[in-house]
Amino acid sequence: MGFDLDGSRRSPGAFMAARVPSFSDFLASYAPDLLPGGAVRRTPAAGAEALPVAPADGGLTGLPHATTIVTAVGDGGVIIAGDRRSTAGNIIAKRDVEKVFRTDEFSAMGIAGTASVGLEFVRLFQVELEHYEKMEGRSLSLEGKANRLATMIRGNIAAAMQGLAVVPLFVGFDEEAGSGRIFSYDVAGGPYEEHRFHSIGSGSVFARGSLKKLYRDGMPVQETIRACVQALYDAADDDSATGGPDLTRSIYPVIAVVTADGFARLAEAEAEAHARAVVSERMQSPDGPSAPV
Amino acid sequence: MPFYVSPEQVMKDKADYARKGIARGRSGVVIQYAGGILFVAPNPSRALHKISEIYDRIAFAAVGRYNEYENLRKAGVTYADITGYQFDRRDVTARGIANWYAQQLGTIFTESTKPFEVEIIVAEAGESASSDQIYRITFDGSVADEHGFAAIGGQADQVSTALKERYTDGMPLADAFRAALAALAAPGNGERPDTSGSQLEVAVLDRSRPHRTFRRLAGARLEELLRDSRPAEPEAAETADTPEKAPDGAAAPPDNAIGPPSPADGNPPV
Repeated sequence: MGFDLDGSRRSPGAFMAARVPSFSDFLASYAPDLLPGGAVRRTPAAGAEALPVAPADGGLTGLPHATTIVTAVGDGGVIIAGDRRSTAGNIIAKRDVEKVFRTDEFSAMGIAGTASVGLEFVRLFQVELEHYEKMEGRSLSLEGKANRLATMIRGNIAAAMQGLAVVPLFVGFDEEAGSGRIFSYDVAGGPYEEHRFHSIGSGSVFARGSLKKLYRDGMPVQETIRACVQALYDAADDDSATGGPDLTRSIYPVIAVVTADGFARLAEAEAEAHARAVVSERMQSPDGPSAPV
Repeated sequence: MPFYVSPEQVMKDKADYARKGIARGRSGVVIQYAGGILFVAPNPSRALHKISEIYDRIAFAAVGRYNEYENLRKAGVTYADITGYQFDRRDVTARGIANWYAQQLGTIFTESTKPFEVEIIVAEAGESASSDQIYRITFDGSVADEHGFAAIGGQADQVSTALKERYTDGMPLADAFRAALAALAAPGNGERPDTSGSQLEVAVLDRSRPHRTFRRLAGARLEELLRDSRPAEPEAAETADTPEKAPDGAAAPPDNAIGPPSPADGNPPV
């Protein structure tokens, strides 16, 4: 009773076989070339010379890269925000790219690194979570989701070595703990749980420095959002690969909040209000709010 | 020395075996209403579902042997997920899944000694009632394209006849639910079903919801629906008093609803 999507008799009965309810595991056995970076993964060991390990300066810099994501835990939820720029070397590849995504009702992720592979990861991870939910009739725990993502990122390490690296930042609302939580990763996996706030991508150094000064424990959600927008502004200020709010084209950061009510992406008008407030404030003091010494 | 049995006899025996198994259980009912598609099945178990979500707008209902249809359900979810991942979420259709089930069940029926004792329904809520689709797939892989309503398992014929008498296009949810309960209580379908919420499994594909339209109705939401549909239940539907709070499915699900949580309205589709 073999059935195949492309007509080849790859694995008869694969759909009916009892297995762990993981979509990406199924994909790895059924159609590995559909996995993110699948083409690189499939390169046989003998042909490894054909695709050498990328030089340290990055062999595939010509591909668009996604840049800065900031996240911070607020009172009763977690905020994740990303700028809208993707760069290919010194060129701006896209001004309005979206790098922050809903992954399920109570979680979200942002991506930095190779944009195309990152988008595939997001799509795969979204299906992964929904697939588990439908198969088992319950959602994964937040740690379960974070661990799952780590395994998936680790699976991409061969592609990462070829220059197709992607690093996610995963956030979610932990219904048991009643608070937002942040998980970061490196190209070999993770997860590393972060506390209070975190940032990834080329502008993350500046964004983190900014958040360090602006963040307070137990900040209300609205203030945390503002702090994140400030941090993105600071990242854009000093990192050429991070885009600031583009008032002329009406392109503003993507901001999402995950609370007990679930994932909610801020409406365009709301994101615009935050961006405009920050920009007009910077008209007076270009370096932004100052912290007392 | 094996003795000869004609292929006709083998097939007939298999079909009789499967039919008997399916008829032993209670019926399940699928019926269209104004806001989508309603699924009702008598099921005292809270854990072993007869009705489940397959994809954004597609649901699955089955009767027969649990392990067999559960296996089919999971295979269907996988098929839908891989199709949606490979192409786009809109490219997953009830017709495709029904065809896939037909292939599987047909092969199992001809090739294995024991046929699956299951009867399943794959239904898809379209953008409007006219684009709704209901497919009934039997143990041997035949597919029937149903309109408006369908019954599976138990005394499906009687239940289906009872549904036909009560079904009208574009009925509100409460009316559709009442029709489903009345049909399930049709003579010949075992003892009159206990219409308390704990004995029923009820779910809808609510076309007004974004993204994932499947919702289980349980707890307070189901009790409310039972209240709305009960007054007219014993004696004809002449009591045309529409419940003042006709649940059109757009209401928020109850806190204690089981099943996957829904995305809040207005979220970008995933």
